[in-house]
Amino acid sequence: MRITEHPVLDFRRGEKVTFFYNGKAVEGYESETVAAALHAAGVRALSHSHELGRPRGIFCAIGNCSSCFMTVDGEPNVRVCVTKVRGGMRVEEQQGRGVIQYEEN
Amino acid sequence: MLSKNGIPTAEDLKKVMPSEERLARGAVSITECFQNIPCNPCVTSCPQKAITMPDGINDLPRVDHELCNGCGICVSRCPGLAIFIVDKSAGGDTAVVRLPFEFLPLPQAGQYVRGLDRSGAEHGWFKVVRVTSGGAKNKTYTISLEVPKELCMEIRNIGIGGYRDEQ
Amino acid sequence: MKKTEILVIGGGPAGLCAANAASSLGAKVLLCERDGVPGGQLVKQTHKFFGSEKQYAGDRGIQIGQMLLEQTQSDPNIEIYTDTTVLGIYEDGIATAEHDGAHLKIDAERIIVATGAAEKFLPFEGNDLPGVYGAGAVQTLMNVSGVRPAQRVLMVGAGNIGLIVSYQLMQAGVEVAAVIEGAPNIGGYLVHASKIRRLGVPILTQHTVLGAYGDGRVQRARIAQVDSSWQPVPGTEQDIECDAVCLAVGLTPLTELCWQAGCEMAYIRELSGHVPIVNEFLETTCSGIYAAGDVSGIEEASSAMVEGRLAGYSAAASLGHAPEKAAALQRAAQEELLELRSGPAGARILAGIAKVAEKGGRR
Repeated sequence: MRITEHPVLDFRRGEKVTFFYNGKAVEGYESETVAAALHAAGVRALSHSHELGRPRGIFCAIGNCSSCFMTVDGEPNVRVCVTKVRGGMRVEEQQGRGVIQYEEN
Repeated sequence: MLSKNGIPTAEDLKKVMPSEERLARGAVSITECFQNIPCNPCVTSCPQKAITMPDGINDLPRVDHELCNGCGICVSRCPGLAIFIVDKSAGGDTAVVRLPFEFLPLPQAGQYVRGLDRSGAEHGWFKVVRVTSGGAKNKTYTISLEVPKELCMEIRNIGIGGYRDEQ
Repeated sequence: MKKTEILVIGGGPAGLCAANAASSLGAKVLLCERDGVPGGQLVKQTHKFFGSEKQYAGDRGIQIGQMLLEQTQSDPNIEIYTDTTVLGIYEDGIATAEHDGAHLKIDAERIIVATGAAEKFLPFEGNDLPGVYGAGAVQTLMNVSGVRPAQRVLMVGAGNIGLIVSYQLMQAGVEVAAVIEGAPNIGGYLVHASKIRRLGVPILTQHTVLGAYGDGRVQRARIAQVDSSWQPVPGTEQDIECDAVCLAVGLTPLTELCWQAGCEMAYIRELSGHVPIVNEFLETTCSGIYAAGDVSGIEEASSAMVEGRLAGYSAAASLGHAPEKAAALQRAAQEELLELRSGPAGARILAGIAKVAEKGGRR
């Protein structure tokens, strides 16, 4: 849930954009990180542990830990807590270590 | 005990209390600051130079209650929100407590709010007589609250929201 | 290869002050910041800072960050690289960074490491459940992104961060179920504790979290009292309904670059971890590499700013910039640090610094 009024802060969120989470359209703001936009949309599990598949959410939110790795536009292991939302972006909940797609050339 | 639950004891408070005689004369500041921490905006903000720290920035604030005229500038300047103004000079049973407030919604003058003590316990509904902004940059408001005289040393906060237009 | 006189690594309170100070003496500075905007943790500090006017006391952290950043950005001597992570400092003094999606080499005559700190974690059942957050993450979500982290939070840790973040959660409209603290006494400033206590938030010292439970996310937590040897007391368990457990259990210096550069390091408990041994001008045992702020010992942001200035003046002076002016400014900064640390709150830091001195470091 987004904060609409705050006693100290004013939030300038910028343009509203639509991106895709597991194929579903989600609204976010271009000033936000993917993690924040997903959190506002009620999504808590972002990745899963390698061995047991346990759900993982945000932990540090500053790109220090690896708790929020997701696959973004086909690229695995993206730290979505420091990745800004872009319109049309495709964000997928990641299972295990993720798969690196190599371009053929 | 303050260091275990955040609630100052009667003994703590005794050390910073103005005399009854001074309280009866009008508004005066009470600095509920009981720990030596490096901090002195109360000293630098006081236009009366009533607050001093003779032993430097880690000293406890000392208020000269004779110099203090209860202007309340320190209330919105103290980073610890630990300063309150109490005015017992009005005749009758009510006193005015001024306290710092940094939440939304803001109550309006004339509204009734829940008065809370230092543990957050409610003591009833009390009338807001004034709401003062600390300034666009400061963003700390001062709420002036009319309370029964016997509660003027208890009420130190208000419940956030749910304000009423009538008691 | 990017050339500069002074490379400042990290754009938090220490890094910004280091850059501004070095530039004020005439040095050319490159400031590298990992995030998209410099400011470090100041960008999420909505509370008013302590200290004196010299450290902008009474202003809110966000305002101080904005003011320092404007000064840095308008300074022609300072170049700022954001979204730039410094990766290493090598034997020949060359630093490398990831910048603009490429590998960048930086040849700096002096380096000031101002990388700050990382949050500590706590072992308990279910500590990997979504909804177990570091206090910094909670602040980032609510104060930077404007997103409520949860509806009802259990705060673990009654140091300054735990107390301040609890208050900030309430300002954001989030309920705080309780603040628990393993130690027998509240560790943070008592005025911060009183602020949340009079909002009705219980502060429970000698309590720990036993577990976080829920279906795919935190739905409740179990806490218990601990005895004097920090062991849970059987029969004192209670369940707290909450959708987040926020950990504010301390910070540890982010020293990877110091280790990698070969700085002599020591474990100093009072400074919250391994820290580089520095002299009175904050120079490490690697000549030309300085460390300022939390990386040289966890303390308040006000001290980090002064340390940043001290390192900035020292690095600039060592390059021959205004040495006389620098000497006076260095002394003033050292005195300011002493003043900040002169009370009981600073005693621990001074004890840590004394240990550093025993190891040949600062006085």
